[in-house]
Amino acid sequence: MIVEFKPQWSGMITPARQMMAFVFRDFSLTKRYFGWVVVFTFYAMVNSATIALIGVAAKDEQLTLTLIVGVLLWSFLSVLFNEIASSVAYERWEGTLEYTFMAPVSRLIHLFGVSLFAAVYSIVRLAIVIGALAVFIKLDLSRANLWGILVTLLVSSFAFIGLGLMAAVLPVLSPERGAEATNIFQGCLLLVSGVYYPVEILPGWLQPLAQLSPATYSLSACRKLMGIGSGQEQLVGAPVSAVVPELLTLALMGVVMIPVGLWVFGHVERWAKKTGKLKRTG
Amino acid sequence: MHKVFRKRKRQGIFRYTRTEQWAVKDVSFEVALGETYGLLGPNGSGKSTLIRILSTLLIPDHGEVRLMGHKLPDEERAVRWKIGRVSVDAAFYKRLSARENLLYSAYLYGLEPKRAEKRAFDILERLGIESRRFSDPLEEMSRGMQQKVSIARALMINPPMLLLDEPTTGLDPKSKRDVQRFLEELREEEGTTILLTTHDMNEAEHLCARIGFLAHGKLVAEGTAEELKEQAQAVTLEDAFIKMTGESLNDDKEEGGKT
Repeated sequence: MIVEFKPQWSGMITPARQMMAFVFRDFSLTKRYFGWVVVFTFYAMVNSATIALIGVAAKDEQLTLTLIVGVLLWSFLSVLFNEIASSVAYERWEGTLEYTFMAPVSRLIHLFGVSLFAAVYSIVRLAIVIGALAVFIKLDLSRANLWGILVTLLVSSFAFIGLGLMAAVLPVLSPERGAEATNIFQGCLLLVSGVYYPVEILPGWLQPLAQLSPATYSLSACRKLMGIGSGQEQLVGAPVSAVVPELLTLALMGVVMIPVGLWVFGHVERWAKKTGKLKRTG
Repeated sequence: MHKVFRKRKRQGIFRYTRTEQWAVKDVSFEVALGETYGLLGPNGSGKSTLIRILSTLLIPDHGEVRLMGHKLPDEERAVRWKIGRVSVDAAFYKRLSARENLLYSAYLYGLEPKRAEKRAFDILERLGIESRRFSDPLEEMSRGMQQKVSIARALMINPPMLLLDEPTTGLDPKSKRDVQRFLEELREEEGTTILLTTHDMNEAEHLCARIGFLAHGKLVAEGTAEELKEQAQAVTLEDAFIKMTGESLNDDKEEGGKT
């Protein structure tokens, strides 16, 4: 007897469940590797505190806040970027890449599912790091424009998701060197984005690269919203209207980078299927 | 269909040479709906490459591939809904439990998790895995058990076509028998079309309605086990294979698409 294959799914339920697949998988893996999550979060907490304490030692509140904004924003954006960019590398190590790629899931759903978990994970980790910082440093954020910062983080996330999608192709292009290249790419972002220093102090030939990094605009906006560099004795966060140019640039980057990232990923996936690069390594 | 793998080999700091290796050359065969078709060949003969092409994971250089009425690679999305694959290496998140791995697959295929889980657990029980093991990490399971979970994963979506790449290689005799019996039941009860690659002559003879001999990426002969023995004037299928391909099933060669 031949059984007619009748899909039992329809409409939006299937894409929603497919997106949930990646959230469920990454949540389950996070539980299983919880020891490592604790280690990395502890390192992030200590790293943030040591960097912020440089400002405290200099008895310079502006410097302290500049460093705190840098360390927190980088903590959030780097985890978001890294989770997305490394998703293919993780699958290569686990040996599951072929099974994920032969599932009837569009790459848009696949990568957005990965990004959704990455965003939630980054926010939770950021909250823990902020909590830890409060133990070391007295933070008075009562005059900061926290809602504005939240909006900036949200808008920045899209640009970083786009960047992550582009970087995620590297392990597809090179099973052997792709993961390493992803880290170099992330290191370059850290260097040029003015995370701990103004981009103006970079060598002239590096400064144009700062304009291409979404982190440059996120940091600039967040520092204004925190009241850093306002020149007033009492730090007062700027209104959102003061960071509209940064927000528009970030939004534009997101609008461009996400489709470009997906397009690049699609082309590299097809190339990998022609050359046999999808097969398991590691 | 044809498939060539091109490799770049470093000869010096800036010098590379390019080599080409045929993985599949001029292979053409048809499998009827509900049929179990076996591909027999030693390592490196192109079996895994063929399965990967049919699984939408490789794009052939030339030739036409049609699966369940859909052309590949143009209609790969439609094909993916209709195939289940079991490879020789049970590729899982080894730290996750069988239940977590299967639920992940269920979500990937848009299935209602509870129904999919029940179907997967029914399959696992029929394959001889006790329900108390479902929550154990895969890394704590034997290879045979992992392979059974892999089969449950492929069948959870109830695919009309099953691509099995050496599903019983490395299994203990009991696990091997469990899997073989289950495949027979599946064919009888569900009418699933099965493409099976194997080294095992007895398995091929026992399970497959027709068998193809694959050597050096070419399909050398095909037919029922009896037809192949008759063509080769051999007593056993293994003798027929050796006579028709000039090599033994234990010969190992490098295959471009092999894991």
